[in-house]
Amino acid sequence: MSITLEKTRPDVSQLVETNRVHGSVYTDEALFQAELEAIWYKGWVYVGHESEVPANNDFVMKSIGPQPVIMTRDNKGQIHLLQNRCSHRGNQVCLKDKGNARAFTCPYHSWTFSNTGDLIGFAFPDGYRDNPDADKKSLGLGSLPRVESYQGFVFGSFAAEGITLKEHLGGAAETLDRLVQTSPEGQVEITAGFLKHRARTNWKFILENECDGYHPAFVHSSIFSVADSAIGTYYGDRSTALTRDFGGGHSEVDLRPEFRKADVPMRWFGTTAERLPDYVASMQAAYGADKAREIMIDGTPHVMIFPNLFIAEIQIFVIQPLSVNETVQHVTALQFKGAPDLNRRMRQQTMGSVGPAGLLLADDTEMYERNQRGAEQLTPPWLFLGRGSQRERLDEDGYTVGHSTDEVPSRGIWRHYLTVMEAGA
Amino acid sequence: MSARQELLTEVTAFIYREARLQDEHQYDEWEALWTDDGVYWVPANGDAIDPEKEMSIIYDNRSRIALRIRQLHTGKRHAQAPRSRVRRVVSNIEIGEAYSKRIQVFSNALVFESTLRADTLWSVRNEYWLRRDGDELRMERKNVFLTNNEQALFTLAFLI
Repeated sequence: MSITLEKTRPDVSQLVETNRVHGSVYTDEALFQAELEAIWYKGWVYVGHESEVPANNDFVMKSIGPQPVIMTRDNKGQIHLLQNRCSHRGNQVCLKDKGNARAFTCPYHSWTFSNTGDLIGFAFPDGYRDNPDADKKSLGLGSLPRVESYQGFVFGSFAAEGITLKEHLGGAAETLDRLVQTSPEGQVEITAGFLKHRARTNWKFILENECDGYHPAFVHSSIFSVADSAIGTYYGDRSTALTRDFGGGHSEVDLRPEFRKADVPMRWFGTTAERLPDYVASMQAAYGADKAREIMIDGTPHVMIFPNLFIAEIQIFVIQPLSVNETVQHVTALQFKGAPDLNRRMRQQTMGSVGPAGLLLADDTEMYERNQRGAEQLTPPWLFLGRGSQRERLDEDGYTVGHSTDEVPSRGIWRHYLTVMEAGA
Repeated sequence: MSARQELLTEVTAFIYREARLQDEHQYDEWEALWTDDGVYWVPANGDAIDPEKEMSIIYDNRSRIALRIRQLHTGKRHAQAPRSRVRRVVSNIEIGEAYSKRIQVFSNALVFESTLRADTLWSVRNEYWLRRDGDELRMERKNVFLTNNEQALFTLAFLI
């Protein structure tokens, strides 16, 4: 008797509609495997930042979903994304989180690979001499065929062909341009180390929450009520802030209308120009007084770049799905080159807000885990995402926008998800 | 009893009391154990990072300790509503450097936490700097070195 294992894949078109999604999109193991193939192992995924490997031969351990990826900078300065698997017996060639190395030597049988991924040496080479299959050129480390960066943010794709990173980012590229302007030198740096916050939830509950402007008034009311924070008003019923769907699964909460109304530099960071005199002087010297003032009023973006890079004004989060119901959020403070006084406050605020004990993120994470337990229940089978669909409109660039509390970002994510998953089927 | 033994007895009573106040969510009584310049540090990514430059799980000055407690008191700190059920066993208490007003103390603790998600076992090495304030000891520094602080961790919203 022979048994044929049919690989059944859920029909995503039956699970995702304009204003609702079926609960099983968060719980179905087969769907999770299909997502790995169609989204994580095919499209562009954020991996790390160039500033994490500042010198030639630096490396840092990163990931794409459940797959470990070593980000290296070779001795010519070029960045590579390698897999941590020796081509001999599958052992790990790198056991450190970061460092500087021209080569990685596997501890098992001492095969040695350069930081470009090429196999450069066998131990006891006589055993391979004149062996036609022992071709070093074909025995390198696994390496991602496509690596591109934008404003220092390095993305990789496991697929040899596909759209360019610029095409993937589309309208969301502008938010990264906006972000780096906050530095007087026009550069972001990721240098403060990452907190790693684990949650028993599907990654898409996190993805959708990042630009959900409906929850802060409730999930974060505890901290808004005891800290002197204006953030709550930006996510209130009367806020003039917007949610925006850039297409491609990318979305933002655009708080600029609120900051422009207040017209106070550094309000976006909950402070004043007087408290950051060195930063303000550097910005004025770099951009001129008028442009510097404009940047310091508008602040940094709150943007979710599909599928895993979330820039939340003062910090970045990287979403790492491990299984259908387990996800890690990696988070650290953004650091702006040439702005030490601002950076110190960025780190202090980030540490207070995020990570396992964060005054904000512990509560978000509690919600993700409860969402997951709810999605695992049977009824009602559909989850409703129609908030504000009747009042969506197009902005001057043709992007769909809505009120800051409307579910424009979630609907944009699901529309893109459907396209990608159906293309991958 | 030698002076050293007397000090160990006094310090041990302090550490046990702190552990009980944490387990039982006696937030105000726990907060009162801090000096006015207290610093509460729970590093991430090893025990030797510089908290002024790198991310820590907690790096609270005295005012942020107070903020953390005020948030817990709102009853809407969802990660602690309902509160975790917590019990810890503290052991290996040793005195390090000791001066007339300041005492360095080490201990180990195993903390069992039960939440809506699951049960979690936390393992820590604690390092305190206690300061004598009249008849009382107070914490001017508490460093909590989680044994697994290099890994991705579940939410840690009770008082560790």
